[in-house]
Amino acid sequence: MDSNSQGYWKATLGLLTRILIIWFAVSFGAGILFADALNGIKLGGYPLGFWFAQQGSIYIFIALIFYYAKKMGDIDRQFDVHED
Amino acid sequence: MDLQTTIYIVVGLSFALYIGIAIWARAGSTSEFYAAGGSVHPITNGMATAADWMSAASFISMAGLISNMGYGGGLFLMGWTGGYVLLAMLLAPYLRKFGKFTVPQFIGDRFYSKSASTVAVICLLTASTTYIIGQMTGVGVAFSRFLNVSSDTGIYVGQAIVFLYAVFGGMKGITYTQVAQYIVLILAYTIPAIFISLQFTGNPLPQLGLGSTLSGTDVSLLAKLDQVVTELGFGKYTTTTAGSTLNMFVYTLSLMIGTAGLPHVIMRFFTVPTVKDARSSAGWALVFIAILYTTAPAVAAMAKMNLHGTVNTAVKTNGDLYAVESSIKNEDRPDWMKRWEKTGLLKWEDKNGDGRIQYYDDKTKSDEAKAKAEAAGWKGNELTVNADIIVLANPEIALLPNWVIALVAAGGLAAALSTAAGLLMAISSAVSHDLVKGVFNPNISEKGELLAGKIAMAVAIVISGYLGLNPPGFAAGTVALAFGIAASSLFPAIMMGIFSKKMNKEGAIAGMLAGLAVTLFYVFAHKGIFFIKGTDFVDMIGGANSFFGITPEAFGAVGALVNFIVAFLVDKVTKEPPEHIQHMVESVRIPRGSKVVDGAH
Repeated sequence: MDSNSQGYWKATLGLLTRILIIWFAVSFGAGILFADALNGIKLGGYPLGFWFAQQGSIYIFIALIFYYAKKMGDIDRQFDVHED
Repeated sequence: MDLQTTIYIVVGLSFALYIGIAIWARAGSTSEFYAAGGSVHPITNGMATAADWMSAASFISMAGLISNMGYGGGLFLMGWTGGYVLLAMLLAPYLRKFGKFTVPQFIGDRFYSKSASTVAVICLLTASTTYIIGQMTGVGVAFSRFLNVSSDTGIYVGQAIVFLYAVFGGMKGITYTQVAQYIVLILAYTIPAIFISLQFTGNPLPQLGLGSTLSGTDVSLLAKLDQVVTELGFGKYTTTTAGSTLNMFVYTLSLMIGTAGLPHVIMRFFTVPTVKDARSSAGWALVFIAILYTTAPAVAAMAKMNLHGTVNTAVKTNGDLYAVESSIKNEDRPDWMKRWEKTGLLKWEDKNGDGRIQYYDDKTKSDEAKAKAEAAGWKGNELTVNADIIVLANPEIALLPNWVIALVAAGGLAAALSTAAGLLMAISSAVSHDLVKGVFNPNISEKGELLAGKIAMAVAIVISGYLGLNPPGFAAGTVALAFGIAASSLFPAIMMGIFSKKMNKEGAIAGMLAGLAVTLFYVFAHKGIFFIKGTDFVDMIGGANSFFGITPEAFGAVGALVNFIVAFLVDKVTKEPPEHIQHMVESVRIPRGSKVVDGAH
């Protein structure tokens, strides 16, 4: 493996790690483990922990995938491995 | 026009549309048959993936489950959507770059082993076949309730329709019919929800309505619902978890991993032109899925509110729920209740003989509710409602016009048919491509393979139809098994194939078998060996849910963990994969050089 593809893979794994941390934090964190604590806060008529479990985590998942698609495109071009 | 005629017209039109698309999109080559020629736009593929994914269970059952479970039902919402993040980042783009037709083919090539690919075929066939039984019974149920034909006739008609567009159109026909089916099912789901949200809160968006105050008051809908259900002895709607917090955690994780590992979903990403498209297409799929999944919690809570409000007039007047005149009289119950009583899915029984229906939790842990019920002379809960009627009866409960009810019927059928077609595609490609061409007859011509694929699909339709007509007693438990298998065997194997260059065939095969074995063991211990009644051995493993209180449905994540551990241990003591395989992994990791998928071995 040359240094370019090593750098590319390292950048990819870095991006994946960052996204998976947020993925975990909104669903398992805010939606499950800390839901009780967050329920003290209200978002309109929603208790916040309940909102994360039944609404919020889904919206954030969508944002994460499009963010990933965009960032991967940038990384592809930076290391010159993008499709034509 | 009466309701029955309206339903015939709406459902008939939707079927005519699917058949029209089938005639337009006939598949002429194996590439069109397996992967729609690799030319599907990412947004189109996203929509087709959403229809493929959202089955009869998502459409009919999920909101009802959430309605019963309250907050804990969120595990289905998070589990079945969070998996797309894993799919988009860990699997889809790399499998697209690999550029072959099927999941077992990737596993066979990456782990340079026919045995590995055969294990994957077995996992795929078991997961897809168990899953499809539920779809076929769903088709039968939807037909029998809405079209006044027997469930059997319903399954024959459903089989004929799927046969037309799946066998002749292959992946190409399936893709474009799924787009049409998505549009039908999403309209059918959201239109009643918008009406009901307007009725309750004046806000047309159910997602916002659920977080709003009730019309004409300053009490939020959820706070009111919490108050009503806790007073009647039920668990508080916004906080009741599904079992322990650990169980909810593991269950959610299992559904996420299982979602990402289901072959009929993965293979949709072989149909887009580039790696870049595979990444964004997963995002579009989730957008289209989220429209239904963020509406479902509103449908669930509002239906629960409607139900309590129907049988207990004090819910609307803020009066005393336990007052005698609050519970409705038997003869005053609305027509929709009478209609659903005939199906046996809604039942009531006047236990205390007062001529009124009392709906409360008679097994409550709340002493206050218990004392109040006793003081009011209530002798047990008198109403039981099957979770499955929440979505189907919703428009009737809210007294919506006939065309909305007809649309819900067409939507339920669209959900079941689109998922069935996707599963049939996964089954037929595994048989014709991985078994017939891969193992038995590698020199088969393209024409011969196409024919084999069509025959495999026709046989699969007949078998799944038969199983739908004679559903084995275990049908309900098998969906858990499909997710368990996908999570514990396929997902870890594919992921290690991409993210570990050194993972070898011994490790991958041992991992898949170990993950599968431990998951099957735990599921069979609870539900019987191959679901045969009386062969469960739950006492031998120390009672139900003995593994840290985890239910068998939630066990897939544990199986996946076992898979990873065993694979790495075996990998350490066996020799590393050959040089050319490590190069192959390197090339799979970068997008450049992607080509249209083909089937060459």
